[in-house]
Amino acid sequence: MRKRSGLNGHTILLLITIALFIVLYAGGCIAYGSKGFTHLQTFLNILITNAGLICVACGLTVVMLTAGIDISVGALIAMDCMMLAVGMRSGIGAVPMMLIVLLVGVAFGTFQGFLIGYLEIQPFIVTMAGMFFCRGMTAVICTDQVSITQEINATFYKLANMKINIPFGGYTNKKGMYMTPYIRITVVVALLVLLAVFLLLRHTRFGRSLYAVGGNAQSAAMMGLNVKSIRMRAHMLCSVLASIGGICYCLNTMAGSVSQALGLEMDAISSAVIGGTLLTGGVGNVFGSFFGVLINGTISSIVKTNGKLASSWPNILTALLLFVFIVIQSIFAAVRTRKK
Amino acid sequence: MTEKSFWKRVTGSGLLLPVMSLLLVMAVNIVFDILSGNNPFNFFMITLQQTTSNGSVLYGRIIDVLNRGSEAAILAIGMTLVVSSSAGTDISVGSVMSLCASFCCMLLAGYGVSSTNELAVPLVVGVLGGILMGSVCGAFNGTLVAYFRIQPMVATLILYSAARAVGLLLCNDLIVYVRNSSYAFFGSFLGPVPTPIVITAVCVAVITILLKKSALGMYIQSVGINAKASRISGLNSRRIMFLTYVLCGTFAGIAGIVASSRITSADSNNIGLYLEMDAILAVALGGNSLGGGRFNLAGSIIGAYTIQAITTTLYALGVSTTQAPVFKAIIVILIVAVQSEPVRAYMKKRRLARAAREGGAV
Repeated sequence: MRKRSGLNGHTILLLITIALFIVLYAGGCIAYGSKGFTHLQTFLNILITNAGLICVACGLTVVMLTAGIDISVGALIAMDCMMLAVGMRSGIGAVPMMLIVLLVGVAFGTFQGFLIGYLEIQPFIVTMAGMFFCRGMTAVICTDQVSITQEINATFYKLANMKINIPFGGYTNKKGMYMTPYIRITVVVALLVLLAVFLLLRHTRFGRSLYAVGGNAQSAAMMGLNVKSIRMRAHMLCSVLASIGGICYCLNTMAGSVSQALGLEMDAISSAVIGGTLLTGGVGNVFGSFFGVLINGTISSIVKTNGKLASSWPNILTALLLFVFIVIQSIFAAVRTRKK
Repeated sequence: MTEKSFWKRVTGSGLLLPVMSLLLVMAVNIVFDILSGNNPFNFFMITLQQTTSNGSVLYGRIIDVLNRGSEAAILAIGMTLVVSSSAGTDISVGSVMSLCASFCCMLLAGYGVSSTNELAVPLVVGVLGGILMGSVCGAFNGTLVAYFRIQPMVATLILYSAARAVGLLLCNDLIVYVRNSSYAFFGSFLGPVPTPIVITAVCVAVITILLKKSALGMYIQSVGINAKASRISGLNSRRIMFLTYVLCGTFAGIAGIVASSRITSADSNNIGLYLEMDAILAVALGGNSLGGGRFNLAGSIIGAYTIQAITTTLYALGVSTTQAPVFKAIIVILIVAVQSEPVRAYMKKRRLARAAREGGAV
């Protein structure tokens, strides 16, 4: 039996991802140090803007581990935001509304999971239908853009604007005022989700069985795992995490509209792939996906700080990065098969 | 006995499902027309209508479906081949369409020009350039999938996010208008028939001849069923897989030109939006397995028109553009759920059980 070494191909990929993030960020600091890129707040802002995406990427990692895919998450987030906005406008409290959103996520995920796990329909088709459904439902709920203001729901507004100060890393701005770095509550939620999913994958029976199902569904079934049920639960978990992400997203944008979170699912998938998760299943790690999100965030942050580059550059750069990564991955795979 | 074998032949045919869904959509149309007091066959009415710019042209809902469904049908051809050979989907076609349209309009108008009446280069150069750009994108995807062995969805994810953005860069972040009647031809009428229908028909004819007259169709299927076995039996599996992606990209280029010619401009943000989903859906509705192997081109094309018929019907029923996807999703789920293996097995078991019960009673 081969001993599991600490530094196999997948760990190296994760290390490359982390190294790349550090290089990118350092590059940004050197190039745009004068524009305030070196402040801790810039990094925290990346976390704040991408808090929702982190939750979604965690969910997608879970699904991708079972060799599935979920492209409905972006539309689900749009529906969540619209439900929150319209629900609160009609006088329902913030907490019940969030619970409703989570319940809808559970129901939606269970249905998708049932179709994928028990009826054995391809995940891509099911979640594509899910995407159409959610996007359409968003328009059925309301076709206008609905903003959540303080008058509509004070609790939600307070939650969105709550600053959690960080005691170090502040700087004095031009006017001589000391700026304390802060994060929003969404960042805390996202990091908790990340930790929870990490622990789930590492230390629970369910987490390990996700890897088993993705690695080889047939042998997993022979081992006595209920492959259908595991697939269904993975998709359920993904939709729930996407709903949590949706609430974070809504706290960030404070609005609901039909065209919200367009293409977010692809951002999440590319983050997971950059982080070393394979679409074929069985290989992956949520921390990789987390760094994938951070890399995406850093690129858009750099482009934004530059201010002169066209708005299409983040897309092109992310795609370029994705290209480099998957070529590296494929070389690793080729080397590994040759060794065997 | 002959009756039964006929029934078996019908149910066994791969085209049953796509044709049934199309008939169902038409039936809904007839019912709706009867309920609203119109001619029951309103859906099928084709009339000649006088227009100021194009003379007399064909007009009717079915013509509209054929016309509007052209892009999806053209994409579905390429998508079918890709799905068959590589067991994966090319999700970049929508973006590639947009890139090809932008590139073509940029060539025709010149870089940085946002609106033009005069063509900067001959029309042929622009259009061929646009289509060639599609082939290049296809070759890029094909290289990654066939030679680097990357899962198709991830490989095409690169161009999915980049192609549209590159198109925007080419157009200098503007919407480029080519207000020239010769460019508008691809999206308007050839005689009384809408040109997109003709283009689609030509594409389908060319690819059918290619697949039927050469062994290419069989090669693609054999690579899709088992790439390794195909290679051992002497096929260059990778090259065949690569070729399907190039074809898919080329068709995306053609579809892009048609879409851009309809609006005589290159609207990078909107051309081909979600069309990759329609194309993949068309392949699935056509009774093709997304797991690769055997394919049915006719099914995919009928699938593409079914999707368009659903959309047109929904609009006719007064459902708004943004809300229509809900019904589309429900219809898709119903169709694929009925088609799924466990449901089929369950139905068969019930049928057998009933037959056994009846047999026992007699």
